[in-house]
Amino acid sequence: MTVQANDPALSLNAGGGATFRPLLEWLARRAEPVVIGSAAILAGLMLFSLFILAIGKSPVALFQLMYTGGFGSWFSLQNSLSRAAPLLLTALCVALPARLGLVIIGGEGALVLGGVAAAAVAAPLTGFLPPYPALIVMAVASMIVGGIWIGAVGFLRHYRGVNETISSLLLAYIAIALMNQLVEGLLRDPASLNKPSTMPLPPGYMIGDIPGMDVHWGLVISIIACVGSWILIEMTSYGFAARMAGGNVRAAQIQGLPVGRLIVGFTAIAGTFAGLAGMLEVAAVQGSANGSIAAGYGYTGILVAFLARHNPLAIIPIAFLLGGLEASGGLIQRRMGLPDATVVALQGTLFIVILFCETFYGRFKVFNPDLWKRRT
Amino acid sequence: MTKLLSMNRRNFLQVSAAGLAASALPGLTPGTALAQTALTVGFIYVGPKDDYGYNQAHAEGAAVIKAMPGVTLVEEENVPETVDVQKTMESMINLDGASLVFPTSFGYFDPHMLAMAAKYPDTQFRHCGGLWQAGKHPANTGSYFGYIHQGQYLNGVAAGNATKSKKIGFVAAKPIPQVVQNVNAFLLGARSVDPTITCQVIFTGEWSLAIKEAEATNALVDQGVDVITCHVDSPKVVVETAAGRGAFVCGYHADQSPLAPEKYLTGAEWAWGKVYTDFITKAQAGEKLGNFVRGGLKDGFVKMSALGPGVSEKGRKMFDATLAEAMTGKLSVFKGPLNDNKGNAVIAADKAYAEDAIDLESMAYLVEGVVGSTS
Repeated sequence: MTVQANDPALSLNAGGGATFRPLLEWLARRAEPVVIGSAAILAGLMLFSLFILAIGKSPVALFQLMYTGGFGSWFSLQNSLSRAAPLLLTALCVALPARLGLVIIGGEGALVLGGVAAAAVAAPLTGFLPPYPALIVMAVASMIVGGIWIGAVGFLRHYRGVNETISSLLLAYIAIALMNQLVEGLLRDPASLNKPSTMPLPPGYMIGDIPGMDVHWGLVISIIACVGSWILIEMTSYGFAARMAGGNVRAAQIQGLPVGRLIVGFTAIAGTFAGLAGMLEVAAVQGSANGSIAAGYGYTGILVAFLARHNPLAIIPIAFLLGGLEASGGLIQRRMGLPDATVVALQGTLFIVILFCETFYGRFKVFNPDLWKRRT
Repeated sequence: MTKLLSMNRRNFLQVSAAGLAASALPGLTPGTALAQTALTVGFIYVGPKDDYGYNQAHAEGAAVIKAMPGVTLVEEENVPETVDVQKTMESMINLDGASLVFPTSFGYFDPHMLAMAAKYPDTQFRHCGGLWQAGKHPANTGSYFGYIHQGQYLNGVAAGNATKSKKIGFVAAKPIPQVVQNVNAFLLGARSVDPTITCQVIFTGEWSLAIKEAEATNALVDQGVDVITCHVDSPKVVVETAAGRGAFVCGYHADQSPLAPEKYLTGAEWAWGKVYTDFITKAQAGEKLGNFVRGGLKDGFVKMSALGPGVSEKGRKMFDATLAEAMTGKLSVFKGPLNDNKGNAVIAADKAYAEDAIDLESMAYLVEGVVGSTS
């Protein structure tokens, strides 16, 4: 896109260049993450091709299958979107605190407990509350539980000095243990003999699919959450304060920003998203809370958030890409006889290369209009 | 010979024709129309295919049918019990043309397989676990499962003969009826040798949690236990840890003798190859697959690993005699009078359950002699 700066067609309008310049500057700044990100993904794929060649398979066939399985047809697209849906919310649980400089990796815990909370409140409502209010109650319950869970991490971080990365991870283990305890004890449906689960939701309480698609409404809710988070961070004074505190906490404190409240508030919001993801898993997919909801979405969300550089809007395409990778992973196993670990290895390779490419930000003049030659 | 060759050529032509049809009509499901000739079968595993356990047992069964003429096998491992498995089933049906799908993990059944069965009524689904109920679940779905607790009873017979400390141990995943049955059967087998034997059970809480399995095994050996078995998805960690500490081991799910050739006594293994061969034969002949298929040792659903070098001559004789009794179908593991380990009578003196008794499937107690608790 930056090539346009030398485009003769534009130079002809040199007199009116002043009107083009802001547009070019805007494009250049926006182009940086796209170009560097794409280059990193390409480099990662090339590196991975070497690995595939080393085990005697064709990388071309592999990439063709990845395209077919993840994006090549309407079915494959929906397959990828279904897998992406839970990742959007769990990625937000990482991305929002990250803007404050916090690395929170325990979204899995909030997701699991959110799912249990949703199933727990649904049981007594069954029968006398119509579906929509019931779903709202379930969603609110899951968000409160998730918000408290991750909000507590933020609280411990700011007021007690506990490392948020470690505490969130450890809390995730506690959450899963708590879920097992509840699902196998207090909340157990006595009929679930060999797979302890909560009482199943009545079919009316289940969230259906988006009309014309094979993907549940959770995808739409998650995309709205991403857009809302982006607005919160980029367009509001709270978001500005949070970014400032993330950039330099001392400076923010000197400016009189309420850093403690910001940290607890943002971590709590992050937790509500993960909790909501748990509710969606229960109400749109599983139909009850059980061990299956601890499927690792909270951890894959970390990968998505980092690849999206903690930009809530970028989370949407990145989650879709990862969903596609996972969707095609099955086809790669079936058609090429490669183990499941292939896709994990690819994810790991991409992750490392993209993190490495972070060091290239700010190094290219074309992306930085402040360094462009002034043309008068 | 000529006949055989011409058969093969005809099959070959039919298979290629089916392949062409499938590639020419992506998205359609030609499987049912061509069921008698070319059959694409999908297998889905919750863990790795080479886990020395639950998934390997199924993958070995799948490998048996892969060799059958006209069968195309598509497999996917490490598929979680989420929307992922639904999409995997759909992908096998839509992209590979699978007309028969075996989702092998217990948690795949409800809601995942049921949802796909409703969406693809022309595809057959058979699930490992015994959850199918007539009238409640769709006709294109079904369950198959094996009665394996008699295998654990036989493990117990081998263990009872091998133990010197009279303490045997069990590393268990979750306190659910299937697992509890196996724990009880293992102890009862050992007590058929020596009624003073006790069995310490440790529940790890998860189907696959290597660290806790190793800790539990070490804890058992530290307490003086000298024969250990388990019921977790992959017995590899338990077998290697126990053998490394000098204890004997009894296997479960699949054959783990290569992991501990000296210490492996025997093991209760699934024999899914036979079950899957039966399904495929029926599907190719256009017969009904059956919705509820079950069997034990005598039906060939379950088998015992070959006895290891640690089994004494006396142990071998007792084991063979018990196995012979099981093969007649007359062996009853759970018979009265039997108390649970809290002193309550659970089976009356005049009662003896056959291996397929429905009452056994909700077993929630540990029998007298088992040290441990389900909660």
